[in-house]
Amino acid sequence: MAAPKSSNIATPEQMMQFYKDMLLIRRFEEKAGQLYGMGLIGGFCHLYIGQEAVVTGIQSALQPQDTIITAYRDHGHMLACGMEANGVMAELTGRIGGYSKGKGGSMHMFSREKHFYGGHGIVGGQVPLGAGLAFAHKYRNDNGITTAYYGDGAANQGQVYEAYNMAALWQLPIIFIIENNGYSMGTSQKRHAAGDFCKRGEGFGIPGEKVDGMDVLAVRAAALKAVEYVRGGRGPMILEVNTYRYRGHSMSDPARYRSKEEVEEMREQHDPIENIRQVILGLGKYQEDDFKAVDKTVKDIINTAAEFAQQSPEPDPSELWTNVLL
Amino acid sequence: MSIQILMPALSPTMTEGKLSKWLKKEGDKVKAGQVIAEIETDKATMEVEAVDEGVIGKILVAAGTDGVAVNTPIAILLEEGESTASSAPSSAPAPAAASTKAAAPQDSCSLRPPPAPASPAIVQQEKTYTGPTKTMTVREALRDAMAEEMRRDKEVFVMGEEVAEYQGAYKVTQGLLQEFGDKRVIDTPITEYGFAGLGVGAAFAGLKPVVEFMTWNFAMQALDHIVSSAAKTLYMAGGQLGCPIVFRGPNGPASRVAAQHSQCYASWYGHIPGLKVIAPWSGEDCKGLLKAAIRDPNPVVFLENEIMYGQSFEVPTDPDFVLPIGKAKVERTGTDVTITAFSRMVGVALQAAERLSEQGIQAEVINLRTIRPLDTETISNSVKKTNRLVSVEEGWPYAGIGAEIAAIMMESCFDDLDAPVVRVYGADVPMPYAANLEKLALPQVDDIVAAVKKVSYAA
Repeated sequence: MAAPKSSNIATPEQMMQFYKDMLLIRRFEEKAGQLYGMGLIGGFCHLYIGQEAVVTGIQSALQPQDTIITAYRDHGHMLACGMEANGVMAELTGRIGGYSKGKGGSMHMFSREKHFYGGHGIVGGQVPLGAGLAFAHKYRNDNGITTAYYGDGAANQGQVYEAYNMAALWQLPIIFIIENNGYSMGTSQKRHAAGDFCKRGEGFGIPGEKVDGMDVLAVRAAALKAVEYVRGGRGPMILEVNTYRYRGHSMSDPARYRSKEEVEEMREQHDPIENIRQVILGLGKYQEDDFKAVDKTVKDIINTAAEFAQQSPEPDPSELWTNVLL
Repeated sequence: MSIQILMPALSPTMTEGKLSKWLKKEGDKVKAGQVIAEIETDKATMEVEAVDEGVIGKILVAAGTDGVAVNTPIAILLEEGESTASSAPSSAPAPAAASTKAAAPQDSCSLRPPPAPASPAIVQQEKTYTGPTKTMTVREALRDAMAEEMRRDKEVFVMGEEVAEYQGAYKVTQGLLQEFGDKRVIDTPITEYGFAGLGVGAAFAGLKPVVEFMTWNFAMQALDHIVSSAAKTLYMAGGQLGCPIVFRGPNGPASRVAAQHSQCYASWYGHIPGLKVIAPWSGEDCKGLLKAAIRDPNPVVFLENEIMYGQSFEVPTDPDFVLPIGKAKVERTGTDVTITAFSRMVGVALQAAERLSEQGIQAEVINLRTIRPLDTETISNSVKKTNRLVSVEEGWPYAGIGAEIAAIMMESCFDDLDAPVVRVYGADVPMPYAANLEKLALPQVDDIVAAVKKVSYAA
């Protein structure tokens, strides 16, 4: 597919919004890494730095009634769904002001209001769950679709193919989005996966497409097409979005399975935030000062969130016993 | 303003580490994200990145230093143009870990269970049903329960293997497709993991799926979604996202189907907070409790029994008849010994009670009906009267339902017991195929009679 002209994909205002959305995720994750280092965040913490264009591009193509589900590298998805940085950061610090009152942590957050259904810690589990969300859209005939995000590692899970089969069989309105960052934890794609991810739906009659996940406009273009196809009632679609995570799998992963040069090359040559900045500057509508203003806004949001996440109290001990059953 | 760079925690278990190497020296300019040092954690050698841009003003911990505690200041980062002298260490923010400790002290009582819900001292059985009844099989009672709830609520649907066109592998869903159509009665592929997950996702969205497993043996492939997704999400979501789903199907040994198809899962699912677990016996149980399960906003595991499907009972036909989850039923009153049982074993226990009655021992038989939450009140009230308890189950003994009941009785009725609790259970082996061995492996009337005599110290 020839690269679409950027002006057909988004207005300069929209591009500026993508810049802001991606920067918010980047700065949020940097701050989360910092708070982890200070011992304020515990356990597992999987950062999305480098992959920002994927969720930003996809979400930009959705409508309010659509539902979203993902795995445990989920902070970016929540912010892209419009969930508040304060609530997400306070969940990371395990405080009552978090989206799950501090009881879910980094990997388990939800917002019914924003149609974000998690936040799931079992690799691949969100894919059939997402098919269930899509089933509900179809059952209620509400014109909604589901985006189910999972990584290249999860793409090898058997349950993914069980979900593909049912989604195709029942024409469920779902986009399966493989965020292919090249590594299933520490195992590179060439060592863990046979064939092409985007072709793995072929046997089920599910069309798939490969997308440059470091280019938010390319992601948006592919998402617009996929959304139209899926909302049109033609069943599911697969997008393999090729991206890169700059950090380790989780905070405790030193990422020795790849070279410094590889990471440096992605950061310097393919950074999604710098890419859109250059595109926007090339259009002439926005200047450096406009970016500085956005940077300042984002920095303020993140600092407020970090402050909130430290000031919000830990959950009351009585919370140990609540929310087990309704 | 200067910023202290602190020794970071870079794994969930790290408390200290070695500062093995500085990659920047005093006076070097750094950008956010740039690697400035390497540290050795308890797991690996990790890189420390600058969190802000600036100039390394002073290195406070030399390379090669061992045992540097997390949150120790290791360097000072200055804004460009700022000098080391202007940055008094006291002006730097205190390590944040201190503030977390102060935030909310752990209540030393937090492991204490919550107070039990207020309940009357005398066990209230559900109101005695006086409406119309009809003789029907357990199979029909289950079908009617689903049909009535589907008529009542359009968000209820049934899915599973062979539930629609085939009319149910055990004919439990007979006629549902004809009445409700293929949008609400859905045949699935034989992929338990996938369709259990799909059902849970639909329940997250607010639909009320009834997911049939052809047998619970096959649900082991779906265990992850029942436990990790259905049972735990409400808690992990701080109460935001419930999962109104029923998983149902035949549980326990059937007949001559050997080890992989003969197993009781009551103890497995009974172990999981976030689930309700029901194991009905009679037609009335099946109808009243399945309707309750479908109306319940929580995930419910509903353990039926294949051998019971064809047995007939008088069953209430009023569509408003619903039984309470979490309440046992005293099926037979007696004064000498209490027998607890669930599912098919209730019938076997009642036979044993008749035999014992002929020998002058009056047994009280409790049909547990619900495994989780267990109606311990009905059991203890009975034990306070009889002072002896025999628990009966088809499942294995280790960490089984009988083990749990024995422990609860020890904790709550120790002084009321005149003898140690005796457990009757399935043999602790995979189920054999041979007819004689299978019979030996499962509790029989004789086994219960013998157990009652043992607990009564009777010959």
